[in-house]
Amino acid sequence: MEFLQLLVSGLANGCVYGLVALGFVLIYKATEAVNFAQGDFMMLGAFVMLGLVNPQYMGINFWLAVPLALLIMGALGYLLDITVLRHMFGQSQTAIVILTIALGFVIRFIAGVIWGHEPVNLHSPLALGDMRAFGVVLSLADIAVIVVTVILTMLLWQFFQRTKLGLAMQASSQNQMAAYYMGIPVKRVQGAIWALAAIVACVAGILYASKGSLDISAGFIGIKAFAAAVIGGFGSLPGALMGGLIVGVIEPFASRYLPPGYSQIAPYVLLILVLIFRPHGLFAQVRTKKV
Amino acid sequence: MSLLELKNVTLKFGGVTAVNELSLSVEEGQVFALVGPNGAGKSTVFNMISRFYTPVTGSIVFDGRDLLTLKPHEVPQLGIARTFQNIELFDRATVLQNLLVGRHRLRKTTLVEEMFFVGRARAQERAHRHAVEEVIDFLDLQPYRNQMIAGLPYGVRKVVELARALSTRPRLLLLDEPASGLSVEETQDMRWWIDDIRRQMGITVLMVEHDMGLVSNVCDRVLALDGGRKLAEGTPAEVQSHPAVIEAYLGTAAVSKTANATGGRV
Repeated sequence: MEFLQLLVSGLANGCVYGLVALGFVLIYKATEAVNFAQGDFMMLGAFVMLGLVNPQYMGINFWLAVPLALLIMGALGYLLDITVLRHMFGQSQTAIVILTIALGFVIRFIAGVIWGHEPVNLHSPLALGDMRAFGVVLSLADIAVIVVTVILTMLLWQFFQRTKLGLAMQASSQNQMAAYYMGIPVKRVQGAIWALAAIVACVAGILYASKGSLDISAGFIGIKAFAAAVIGGFGSLPGALMGGLIVGVIEPFASRYLPPGYSQIAPYVLLILVLIFRPHGLFAQVRTKKV
Repeated sequence: MSLLELKNVTLKFGGVTAVNELSLSVEEGQVFALVGPNGAGKSTVFNMISRFYTPVTGSIVFDGRDLLTLKPHEVPQLGIARTFQNIELFDRATVLQNLLVGRHRLRKTTLVEEMFFVGRARAQERAHRHAVEEVIDFLDLQPYRNQMIAGLPYGVRKVVELARALSTRPRLLLLDEPASGLSVEETQDMRWWIDDIRRQMGITVLMVEHDMGLVSNVCDRVLALDGGRKLAEGTPAEVQSHPAVIEAYLGTAAVSKTANATGGRV
């Protein structure tokens, strides 16, 4: 019973990591750069939602606020691309990575100014109530996290496999020049990717805030999510989700069965092991060809 | 009316005049070659047609439409496709996937249809796949269909790039040095293909090429450039024997006699 309980709550946590990891993979697939502000996008998405829903701010109905928050974050992502990231066109990926680290700082600072530095709670209907089955207690938020994550991953996967826009995103990540000649508006497509990544981050943020309290350092789970993305094999969407689940599940088990403190480092130990034995990740998409 | 018409086009990079008052017109159904020494401005002309560079003066008109008002990604929509001197493919995708991206401009389905793969999306996917298969047959790419570009030999990549350009169903095909780096046999194949592209598919070809053997075999009309200026224009034979052309390639007229003796390979 205890085992099952640990597993289920680990899975729910893992889904949040997985969603943030999805954001990493999206940006990576599309621009070949790593967006270290992805965790802070999530935090910002959660705060935007909080600003819309909580009574001391705007007090809008939760379900009405969800599409609104997604829209706001999508627009912010697109604007960020137009105003900042597009000027990095043609720069090395290292420069973009460093820029995203700086963006993380800026987002944290701005969020602190607007919403304060104290932990706050999102007024979410998901935060109330729980379910018991087979002796396992599951909060409504945990169930929502798992369901939403699975659906979102499937949708994104379909999006990249099938749709014109999804394929255009992949094409422009591999060769911008060639993409232009196929009639793909490369810059607009990149803007769409940042918008999409911000929307996914917002979904993660809403779910994260429904599970517990929120403060401006929430974005630091981005580091764990980054580990998850690497474990899953950067560039693979289902891999990112699996990596998130693995990291999520390891934590509660490590804190239950290992000496204190080990749960903090367990995900990174796994990360190092994966890098040593399967450097392309567990679900690598790119298999190097032997010549 | 010509399919493609450049009028008095000039392009400068800072103080350097890369293309100087160049005019040329390509007729529908023609195979037209730009020749000239390195740095003559041949690829620059291509880059202006594909809208990566904007000329300082002059006009570029394709089928009655002013190309200079368009953005780079809008050019393929008119039916202009291009290959590159240094192959630009999607390296981490298969040959088939590369060719299917070539169909991008022809996809007309909505996001939702594509997402759930219903209705028109299915039928269109089948049609695109069919069109790509025809190109694969045409260029004998069957053995490589599902191979990653990254692992393919140079000669094959060159053909894949041509195949991808054809998949966009162009009216005008720009080939930037289609024979560079190819073996004698591969160059021979390329010659037949260019012939067939014109005859069977009715596609107009504008190419940059150094191999004068290939140029004289497949081209109707040749324009020689040097230092961004037009040196000579005419049939391959006319251009090859033009004194200004020989001088541009070999420096002095004296050496040109030896060149003529070796079969006119300038």
